[in-house]
Amino acid sequence: MSAAIRESCDLAVIGAGPAGLAAAATAARLGLDTVLFDEQPAPGGQIYRAITETPLSERGVLGEDYWHGGALLEPFFQSGAQYVPGATVWSVTREGEIGVSVAGAARLLQARHVILATGALERPFPIPGWTLPGVMTCGAAQILLKSSGLVAAGQVVLAGSGPLLWLIAAQYLRAGGEIAALLDTTPSANWSAALPHLPGFLASSYLAKGMKLVREVKRRVKVIAHVASLAAIGGDRVEEVAYRVFGGSETRMPVDTLLLHQGVVPNINLSTAIGCAHGWDPAQLCFTPVSDEWGMSSLDGIAIAGDGAGISGALAAEHRGRLAGLDAARRLGRIGDDARDRAATPHRTALARAERGRRFLDRLYRPAEAFRLPAPETLACRCEEVTAQQVQEAVALGVQGPNQLKSFLRCGMGPCQGRLCGLTVTELIAKARGVPPGAVGYYRLRPPVKPITLAELASLPRGEAAEKAVVRG
Amino acid sequence: MFRRAKEAGTARVSLSVDGRPIAAEAGDSVAAALLAAGITACRTTPVSGAPRAPYCMMGVCFECLVTIDGIGSRQACLTPVRDGMRIETQQGRREAGR
Amino acid sequence: MSERRDYDVAVIGGGLVGSAIGWGLARLGQRVAVLDEGDVAYRASRGNFALVWVQSKGLGMPEYAAWTRRSSDGWAGFAETIKAETGLDPAFGRPGGFTLCLSGAEFEARALTMKRLHNQSRMVDVPYEMMERPALEKMLPMIGPEVVGGSYCPLDGHCNSLRLLRALHTGMERQGAQYLPSHIVETIEPRGGEFHLVTTGGSVTAGKVVLAAGNGNARLGSMVGLDVPVRPQRGQIVVTERARPFLPYPVVTIRQTDEGTVMLGDSLEEAGWDDRVGSGVTSVIASRAIRMFPILKSLNVVRTWAALRVMTQDGFPIYEQSAECPGAFVATCHSGVTLAANHGLVVAPMIKAGRLDGELDVFSARRFDVPKS
Repeated sequence: MSAAIRESCDLAVIGAGPAGLAAAATAARLGLDTVLFDEQPAPGGQIYRAITETPLSERGVLGEDYWHGGALLEPFFQSGAQYVPGATVWSVTREGEIGVSVAGAARLLQARHVILATGALERPFPIPGWTLPGVMTCGAAQILLKSSGLVAAGQVVLAGSGPLLWLIAAQYLRAGGEIAALLDTTPSANWSAALPHLPGFLASSYLAKGMKLVREVKRRVKVIAHVASLAAIGGDRVEEVAYRVFGGSETRMPVDTLLLHQGVVPNINLSTAIGCAHGWDPAQLCFTPVSDEWGMSSLDGIAIAGDGAGISGALAAEHRGRLAGLDAARRLGRIGDDARDRAATPHRTALARAERGRRFLDRLYRPAEAFRLPAPETLACRCEEVTAQQVQEAVALGVQGPNQLKSFLRCGMGPCQGRLCGLTVTELIAKARGVPPGAVGYYRLRPPVKPITLAELASLPRGEAAEKAVVRG
Repeated sequence: MFRRAKEAGTARVSLSVDGRPIAAEAGDSVAAALLAAGITACRTTPVSGAPRAPYCMMGVCFECLVTIDGIGSRQACLTPVRDGMRIETQQGRREAGR
Repeated sequence: MSERRDYDVAVIGGGLVGSAIGWGLARLGQRVAVLDEGDVAYRASRGNFALVWVQSKGLGMPEYAAWTRRSSDGWAGFAETIKAETGLDPAFGRPGGFTLCLSGAEFEARALTMKRLHNQSRMVDVPYEMMERPALEKMLPMIGPEVVGGSYCPLDGHCNSLRLLRALHTGMERQGAQYLPSHIVETIEPRGGEFHLVTTGGSVTAGKVVLAAGNGNARLGSMVGLDVPVRPQRGQIVVTERARPFLPYPVVTIRQTDEGTVMLGDSLEEAGWDDRVGSGVTSVIASRAIRMFPILKSLNVVRTWAALRVMTQDGFPIYEQSAECPGAFVATCHSGVTLAANHGLVVAPMIKAGRLDGELDVFSARRFDVPKS
């Protein structure tokens, strides 16, 4: 499917989820020489994962919102953009040089403009025992379902908070899976806090869809609300989940598979490594890249579209992708300002509609601090096995932020590069210092944002200056 | 513990895990195949030797590292199965040269 | 918020130099403040290679070879002390180390450099051996076919430098030093036999001040009558995933850490204040490393780093006390790991006594004033 990667292009889009597909299609149709890179073997990103290949062809199982993703494919494949699946982008410079690896071979590509569409990942959920085999994210279960038609067998418990929790539970049940319990960690106080945003929610499509899903799940699954603490217990794998309802005592349940979810956050590893500015979003409790209404980041020539720019959901992602694609065409001189703005109008309207109701959801499903700040003995960093207590002790020693923490404790030095510990570490430091997370900052990252072999790195082109800098007498 | 709610209807694929044969379907990732075969842990960590298994299935957690056809530290969730693949669980640190 | 504090010594800089000196002073009973920047700062100490290296030091200044050898000889005891005080092990090892050559020309050049180094009058005894391939293979059986030989010095070693930094911070806190992060020094005013520091975290007053702020020393030096001509010089490092132990000796550009990761270096780049990595240099580093040890080629790179060394014109340290402002000192170098033992155990007592010993005169910045003949 993929022809040889060229040495240069007008536009490189990274990520074949809704934002990336829409951005690439829009830009390519306007005449930009466009390449879309994606790590997976098939398009769709995570939300539309396996949409071309899922064994779950009966549409009612995954639901119409999923199948909507199919509408993005043909415009993309007809647009003239080059699609490179199985491509791991491990580096992007602010000058638009892309380092990418396909089938174990690394190469560089020069783009005049870049759109990052790497989407979101699950918020870390650091409960005691979260590293035990048998504990996974709800997203992981959803991927296994979509890609391979697999459901967890035996005692399956879902735990956490957020709309995706209910969606996944419903999809599971429709596919013939069984769920022993759903432990809802949504704090009851969130309801009243979310009320001011209710009008937008009532006017959105989320209300009807959401209520339908919740009813569907509650009919068949024991739902325990106001769960205030959770722990996965076991030796070599998870055997029980212990939980406590707010004000109650601990209950234990046997479990074979524990699926966790407390929302998604932008995947900022690439945007951080490039050097884009990021800010702390106090509503969504995560770092998001600074970007304008077209998705342009703080660095000229690097734009960000979709959930990677801020969590707004799959529909908003595709509209933002189109806006970024239009802006790319304008910046590279294919269309003028007026043409761009005119073409953008319907997408802006659709975007506003897609974002309606999200502020209510954000506030309602804001994860409790107890689940964002782990207990002392719980691992904050999975890769390097660093506990929350160790982080707190380092702050007591005077460590101000995650970068100094990294050099003292190795958090963030493992292969995941902070994807599963960054937010936890920042919030732990912020809490210990008594300052907002925005004042603490995030890990400073550098390429490769995904591992490549030394052989691949060694194979890249380099100039004489680089040789001279290294080889001395 | 995972079971097929729906068969893919694609070709059956045979792989081995630490020498033991398992079956998978074309289109599975190695991680999915391991989970479908009831394999609990795919590695032990290089820090403490604790058992780990796939966690995110989307390539960001790096828990699913296994040795595939003699090459270590491969992300099982990003690698499609192939007939005859040799998978080995990765015990602790990777061996340089494999 | 303004706070007045009283200290015997204010050390400016919490990197390897500042924390070693701060620790050394604190355990001598001095009331010490170590001032540091915030989380994001240039921090050469975060980017170093962790070698405790002797073999090629001192070409142009044999006193530096002696100073280096002294620190290397004292390092084991220093590490034991730190470990006993803090429970943190700097993981020091001195198995001897290598510089490897990938061509006859490299070998000849290396042999010549070593010969010139050792031919200097006043050069101290530092054992070394130029080894051709057969002898090298006995010690490093896994070297690649392109390695023609190298230089070996039994006094070379390495440690875990990040753990060392953490241990020094832990140790100095236990010894009663006050660590003041986010206290960037804006001005130093010598006043009435004391030093009044205005910082972003408040005011600090101390009887003595030690400039250990790396490349920041150039700006601060002029406030206390010290000329500190240092400049940033970039170096890049590539780090692999953890691997089972296979490399028992450090090589000057390749070493396996106690955690199993393999560190590969390095570069010398005049890049100003740009501490970003670039794929050209990291590619060359990777390429040379694989040529030296083909076994490395399929290991995954999990991290690259760049840091700015603190570099003088001749590459040697600056230790000096201010004539104009007695009680102001500067200690700066690019070998903060190798010299940590000296800084903590030799320089700190000198600062407490208020005078750098004569043996350090050679490291004064006044050496740069000498007109070249």
